[in-house]
Amino acid sequence: MRVELKRAIYEENDALAREIHEDLSSRGIFTINVLGSPGAGKTSLITRIAECLGDKEKLSVIEGDVASDIDTRALRERGIEAYQIETGGDCHLNAPMIRAILGKMAIADGSWLFIENIGNLICPAEFVIGEDLKVVVASVAEGSDKPYKYPSVFARSAACVLTKVDLAIPVDFDEAFFRSGYESVAPNAPLFPVNARSGEGVEGFVSWLRSVRS
Amino acid sequence: MHEASASEAIVKMVAQEARSRSVPGDGSMRVSRISLVVGEATGYMRESLEFYVAASAKGTSVEGAALDIRYVKPLMHCPSCGSEYERVRFSFACPDCGAQGVLTKTGSEFYIDSIELTSRAEAAV
Repeated sequence: MRVELKRAIYEENDALAREIHEDLSSRGIFTINVLGSPGAGKTSLITRIAECLGDKEKLSVIEGDVASDIDTRALRERGIEAYQIETGGDCHLNAPMIRAILGKMAIADGSWLFIENIGNLICPAEFVIGEDLKVVVASVAEGSDKPYKYPSVFARSAACVLTKVDLAIPVDFDEAFFRSGYESVAPNAPLFPVNARSGEGVEGFVSWLRSVRS
Repeated sequence: MHEASASEAIVKMVAQEARSRSVPGDGSMRVSRISLVVGEATGYMRESLEFYVAASAKGTSVEGAALDIRYVKPLMHCPSCGSEYERVRFSFACPDCGAQGVLTKTGSEFYIDSIELTSRAEAAV
């Protein structure tokens, strides 16, 4: 007997992600799923964003890592409320993991919630985890071919933050080639070149986040 | 790892479907075939899906099921001349006019199209 299913393979995850999103939204929490390679500068960017938001706006972070809580400790040392998910091998975060950690967190209503996904340009792009939007962080040190090699993660993100721009010359980064590829996979999404070390460009990205949120 | 969690989800879904269509007694259903549609842009590899589906299916009503995978090539759309084309590696350029194309949804599919179920009674015939 043949049975037509036409069912998305991640429908269970997607349904739970919708529930999480509704729950967070109803509390005025705006959630950003931060994707990018290991070492792209995701944690440094989030740290700069926290500084940029200042004391008036609350920010919480969920850190996803295969192993260790190095990033969570670094964020906490800076006074940022951070929680760790250690996947122990899984290459992406999924909605059940977020549901579980949210139960242990006390996020203030109206906060920003940044979820730093596992450093990986492949699997995390396939999963919704309750976010309002995905942002992909790519560093110039990874090379200018990333949108061509990993189109999915760029296509599914609402914006790209290009980090470590101070290294563009020493690593021979071809920004025109990167931009051209990025515009093909994400024609309507903005690109924000930043240098998280100096803070250059971070404010522009935060203003954009604010405009999307409002 | 990419394919492992996907395969677990596939086996869970089709096993549930078999269960829901089973009737008590000899009418319990096994899954004999799974047909997937996979866009190439998702990066799910045939060999890995076959391996992990078979591994996840062990000891379930899905064990031994054949796996058919229909891959869909990613399609680009050229905003300049309107042509639709398959992407060439490392390039998004339109082969007709050379303009930069944009990705379409075609190529990011990932769903179970259909399954085949066999009842224990049928299998015995």
